[in-house]
Amino acid sequence: MAIHPPEERIWWNQKVGKDELIWIVIAFLWGVIMFSMMIYWHVVGKQNLSTTAYRIDPAAFEEKTEAFADQFKVREEGDTGIPVVRPPAGGDVYMLARLWQFWPVLELEKGESYQLHLSSMDYQHGFSLQPVNINIQVHPLIEHVLTVTPTETGTFSVVCNEFCGIGHHTMIGRIHVVEKGTQR
Amino acid sequence: MTDATEQADDVPTPERSLRIPVMQRVLDNPFLLLFIGVTVPTVFYILWGLIELTQIPIAN
Amino acid sequence: MAIAEAETQIIGGIAAKFRTCPASGLKIDLAAERLIKANAVASIVFLAIGGLFGLLVALTRWQTVHILPADMFYLALTAHGLDVLLVWIIFFEMAVLYFCSAVLLNCRLATPKLGWVAFVLMIAGAVLANVAVLQGNSSVMFTSYVPMKADPNFYLGIILFAVGALIGCFMFLGTLVIAKDEKTYEGSIPLVTFGALTACIIAIFSIAAGAIILLPTWLWSLGYISHIDTVMYKLVWWAMGHGTQQVNVAAHVAIWYAVAAILLGAKPLSEKVSRTAFLLYILFLQLASAHHLLVEPGLSEEWQIFNTSYAIYLAVLGSMIHGMTVTGAVEAAQRRNGYTRGAFEWLRKAPWGNPAFAGMFLSLIMFGFLGGISGVVLGTEQLNIMLHNTIYVPGHFHATVVAGTTLAFMALTYLVLPLIFQKQVVWPKLARLQPYIFAVGVAGISLFMMGAGTLGVARRHWDIGFADAPMSFSYPAAAHLMLALNGIFAVIASIGGILFVLIAVGTVLWGKPVTAENIVESLGPMPKKQVTDAVSTYGNAGTWHLPGTYILVAVFFLSFVLYYFVNWKYLSEIWPLS
Repeated sequence: MAIHPPEERIWWNQKVGKDELIWIVIAFLWGVIMFSMMIYWHVVGKQNLSTTAYRIDPAAFEEKTEAFADQFKVREEGDTGIPVVRPPAGGDVYMLARLWQFWPVLELEKGESYQLHLSSMDYQHGFSLQPVNINIQVHPLIEHVLTVTPTETGTFSVVCNEFCGIGHHTMIGRIHVVEKGTQR
Repeated sequence: MTDATEQADDVPTPERSLRIPVMQRVLDNPFLLLFIGVTVPTVFYILWGLIELTQIPIAN
Repeated sequence: MAIAEAETQIIGGIAAKFRTCPASGLKIDLAAERLIKANAVASIVFLAIGGLFGLLVALTRWQTVHILPADMFYLALTAHGLDVLLVWIIFFEMAVLYFCSAVLLNCRLATPKLGWVAFVLMIAGAVLANVAVLQGNSSVMFTSYVPMKADPNFYLGIILFAVGALIGCFMFLGTLVIAKDEKTYEGSIPLVTFGALTACIIAIFSIAAGAIILLPTWLWSLGYISHIDTVMYKLVWWAMGHGTQQVNVAAHVAIWYAVAAILLGAKPLSEKVSRTAFLLYILFLQLASAHHLLVEPGLSEEWQIFNTSYAIYLAVLGSMIHGMTVTGAVEAAQRRNGYTRGAFEWLRKAPWGNPAFAGMFLSLIMFGFLGGISGVVLGTEQLNIMLHNTIYVPGHFHATVVAGTTLAFMALTYLVLPLIFQKQVVWPKLARLQPYIFAVGVAGISLFMMGAGTLGVARRHWDIGFADAPMSFSYPAAAHLMLALNGIFAVIASIGGILFVLIAVGTVLWGKPVTAENIVESLGPMPKKQVTDAVSTYGNAGTWHLPGTYILVAVFFLSFVLYYFVNWKYLSEIWPLS
């Protein structure tokens, strides 16, 4: 029994049953397939999150984001006072996370690829793009740079999904995606 | 030399003559298992990860 | 079963007192027994506290009930994580370690006095951390990600708890050394003890990592250190956060083998295969802490793929082996007991009325089907981006830690009560139902949280209606429905949990004493042997076959493959990222 020492002094040389052996081989090969799948997706798949990162001071990131917003602001989002920023297609876009908002609101064109820069001003936050369901951790003191290509038009929300204090559940941002060439 | 002393010290017992296979001896040695069980994640998970994090460049 | 008188004896020059277990004939060190009792009782107290907080969390996330205000919700969630993910399981694991070393090896426990030091440290630490949380200025979640700061006592409490637990781990190793020196057993340690050793090794790595990262964090909270890197904190913290859950996996697999052995006389199909599977855990299981770092900046794809896959899924291979060999060992034992008709007579006529067996087998099935499969999907490098920090994550780990570990620990408790506390389980009819009620509740919790998570619902979130938010947003109606169902099933699980605590406490206080005459029946219903002259030793190579196990394993494998590739299909539909 499993609660007693093995009956035979030398158990390593016992023959393994054929049924067990078959299962071990299947399970091992399945592991190799799953492992290869991640590598394969890096080669042919389109959803591979960039790991590019830079160390940055929050104030410096804020400055870059504000300059970006000033340059490309097109209007304000409803009565929130938050600017809606429409950068040139294919350019760099900045979004900062802080207690408790994602700033600014972005307006992107469908089918264009943008370099998105993310960083936090204070605690960690979670960039959760809904209803697309893309979830990225946002750290303070680190600028994460990734390329993203919206494939559908509409209004998308950025929900914070990393606990960031008592106002966490009110922290929400927005990304609009419009057809190419529409009026700014 | 150590081999010789060990052999001289050890009275041959039935267990000894059984010649326990290497892998069984590994699995019967808790401190060896502790060593590899701590080393593998420390090297591959913690050290490798920390080294990558120290190499994050500074933004311009 | 050998029947021996219960008596106390003193061995040689060592002042250890033993009694002889009437069921197994094993000598039980009374010092070990007292420590097992103390740790088991402490664990159940914290299960009750942590479980209550969990119920409050689930009832708050049920949007129409929404029982707690925001500040209390985040407080309760922090306490829930701390008390059940760390305190309950590690206290119970200390009891398991002492049991699997001193009791199963027929040996005295190494340094029992140090065991009390460990126990007091763990109690003091757990109380300190809980008080810090309840005071309201440490609602930082169990993960306490920097730079969010908790009260210094929150970190100090966890550090003290960790140091106590580390002492317990080294006592386990010390007892192995004593047992070998004093030749209290022949040959290799039992498989269950080997599983406990696996848990102990993983615990040493994880708990030490926790202490190592929380020490500077504590100093930082006191103002002695100015800055802690957020990603580095996360990397090392998860060596504990995920690592301790891997301790659970090793411990509950050992318990599956133990319960099957005690109740059914099950033997491992092959010592070599089962121990090698545990070796794969020792080597690779802890790498999976990387599951929490797949959408962070700054860690390379190579690091992510190697670690998140436990080095080419070798630890998953270990789990898939255990899943088959435990099921196979149960089937083989039952066939040996005479239940040989068809593919599943052995399972139909298993002792389902015995809460220890029911809990153990439900734990095995739910851990594999719900927890295992979802864990691999969640931990796949690219797939993680669809699920990170959604409520799918707690859905997954309630399937592993609650359905898998907690249910297995409950099952073992039904054997520990008569064997160690020497008390007959009170209210046996309720005890018979308890694992089923708890299992139904937990299955619901896990499935509905995972379901809501696939719809994007954030974890650790007070209001997914976003009533106070400056911009409006709504998750699909189905997500709200699933959180309501999650609340209902949390109530069911709580009923199962409360029953368990009442039965355990009632048995310790009022249970009738177990004697040599009633010890076997005190373990609960056992399968009747239909063939009395069953061969007691048998080879494992091709002398039998286990059709029921093959069918279960095939169903498992097909579900796994299907669910895995469905998720890749979903991934291919989201916005391209690079």
